[in-house]
Amino acid sequence: MTAELETAEGRETLRKVAIDPVSRIEGHGRVTLLIDDDDQVCEARLHIVEFRGFEVFIQGRPYWEVPVMVQRLCGICPVSHHLAASKALDRVVGAVPPSPAAIQLRRLMHYGQILQSHALHFFHLSSPDMLFGFEAELGKRNIVGVAEAYPDVARQGVLLRKFGQEVIRATAGKRIHGTGAVPGGMNRHLSLADRDALRADADQMVAWSQAAVELVKRLHRADPGLYDVFGVFRSGLASLVRADGAMDLYDGVLRFRDGDGGIILDQVPDQNYRQVLQEDVKSWSYMKFPYLMERGPDLGWYKVGPLARVQNCDFIPSPLAEIERREFIDHGKGDVIHAPLAYHWARMIEMLHAAEVIRDLLDDPACTAGELMAQGTRGKEGVGIIEAPRGTLIHHYQVGDDDLVTMCNLIVSTTHNNQAMNTAVREVAKRYLSGRKLTEGLLNHIEVAIRAFDPCLSCATHALGQMPLVVELAAANGEVIDRVVRD
Amino acid sequence: MSKQFLFDGRPVAFEDGQTILQAARVAGHYIPHLCWHPDFPPHGSCKLCIVKVAGRHVSSCAMPAKEGMEVESNTPEINGERRALLQMLFVEGNHFCPSCEKSGNCQLQALAYDLEMTGERFAHFFPERPVDASHPDVLLDFNRCIFCELCVRASRDVDGKNVFALTERGINKHLVVNAESGRLADTDLAADDLAANICPVGVILKKRVGFAKPIGERTYDVKPIHLVAMEDGK
Repeated sequence: MTAELETAEGRETLRKVAIDPVSRIEGHGRVTLLIDDDDQVCEARLHIVEFRGFEVFIQGRPYWEVPVMVQRLCGICPVSHHLAASKALDRVVGAVPPSPAAIQLRRLMHYGQILQSHALHFFHLSSPDMLFGFEAELGKRNIVGVAEAYPDVARQGVLLRKFGQEVIRATAGKRIHGTGAVPGGMNRHLSLADRDALRADADQMVAWSQAAVELVKRLHRADPGLYDVFGVFRSGLASLVRADGAMDLYDGVLRFRDGDGGIILDQVPDQNYRQVLQEDVKSWSYMKFPYLMERGPDLGWYKVGPLARVQNCDFIPSPLAEIERREFIDHGKGDVIHAPLAYHWARMIEMLHAAEVIRDLLDDPACTAGELMAQGTRGKEGVGIIEAPRGTLIHHYQVGDDDLVTMCNLIVSTTHNNQAMNTAVREVAKRYLSGRKLTEGLLNHIEVAIRAFDPCLSCATHALGQMPLVVELAAANGEVIDRVVRD
Repeated sequence: MSKQFLFDGRPVAFEDGQTILQAARVAGHYIPHLCWHPDFPPHGSCKLCIVKVAGRHVSSCAMPAKEGMEVESNTPEINGERRALLQMLFVEGNHFCPSCEKSGNCQLQALAYDLEMTGERFAHFFPERPVDASHPDVLLDFNRCIFCELCVRASRDVDGKNVFALTERGINKHLVVNAESGRLADTDLAADDLAANICPVGVILKKRVGFAKPIGERTYDVKPIHLVAMEDGK
């Protein structure tokens, strides 16, 4: 492990290299490396440098406004926030459980979100690194380059994402920032016209998702020395699972495994997350560091997201994805797969699962008819946990008798992965960068490791638009020795 | 033969005592407005209904129609002024349409769309206006108040309760509740009072309704305000 790279000794004497911002991720992050005179990396940190403060300005707002307001955290997976907030506030209006129609419609919306986000991340953001190589020509390493060299792959990626967005539009009212879910249920059914239009494409989406899994497997097989080793480190795993251990991305109980795959905690009800999780704060990042309380901050951190979920569940409840899960598990030869690049493989298995779930839900009559709202005894507090595309997302609210929110706590997926991403950065810095003259391609290795986690830094904190990447290599006296600019 | 004036070059008949806005409406011509309501006397505060008569800008809700006058309304100049007024209203309060439950039913938002207000122009005031959630059925979000006083007038003149008032002047003007505590819960406002149902923006809201009706299916999502206003007589 590389924990010693979190804070170097004699920091003031070391050269500083910054990757700012990290590109092809959602939001704004920065990596700093401190390097000694022998070019050895002595410190590596992923900083989240912006601050948003949704938790504070939600306070004092009426609870029914919250699912619509909090989804503005993000333009990539607003549905996850929209649904996590709605689930939490179901408890405030006493809709426990919501109506069958509301649950199925929300599921449909959520799996549409999983599909579109996974497609976006794999095809648009990460496939350029994998198809062309980490140090390939910079001008080619993007989705346009993929479209030129692999037109079918790019086309399928774009259309898979479009299909997911259409599922969201049909259930939430808009592709981005819809208003379908409300505390207590849903405000719309799936129209028959939308259902039929989606049905017409659903089988194609399953087939393309299968092809995407095959593509990732082919990449792994072609270069196991890279894919199984790059940035690897051991850590715990965390996710929701259904009560029977199945993968469930919409609802379930919390399960935590250690780095060897042993179950530490299981069947933790979502409402009890605070009894098992705590968040650590570090002076150099606006993003907190959550950990499992019983293991402490040094040992209790874990990974979330596809790599954790595919290995944390006992099975995937859709046949094609389950076949792929088994092959994935077999690849580990009895051990947990921790390689960051295996995130992509697991992510595509989940995309296949999402495509299968959507196809089946479109045939569910609950999506087109039935009571949308439920209510019951009014509550003062609610926790909503959902498996967002990037991992476990926790929304927690307290609401006063006057209907205004008095407390809001959000732990977003990327926050759970904070320590894991930092560790990946350190592993890669030590293995690939130490002792070498830094180039843009070498620095991209670090970004590749971060990208594997599909971080959403704007969810975790704040983003102020996209900025060009400027990497400066400065000597200890501050003189800039090398400078690499990426537009 | 009835008296006439010219509205954007077309003859409009009127009766003595009618304002320009009233006569134009009867003739099927829409003039944008926020503080005017057919059931109340003219208020003349929002100025959205300005028109040009004989080279002067006047409030059409308050200006009596006169024989032979030439009124310019739907012109680039006048609509530009209306747009600027809207832009001032937007920065004077805290109007955050993306999470406002009145979105799609809000006349301020609908007029901004109708008059093609595509962006901000002035610096935001960001006033401090706390929410009053004390009433069991009605929420007051003062952030969105445009000082049209429709609630004040409805409560005083129709409901007979005098629940609302404007206080202070100029930049410090704001809506208050007529109770010693200043809290809505300490008034006799009821959710079915006219005052609780007349707000053209998102200040006076029925609690726990929120987004029950989907965005995209609301009044001004379906039809622009200049058509809605002529159809329902408001």
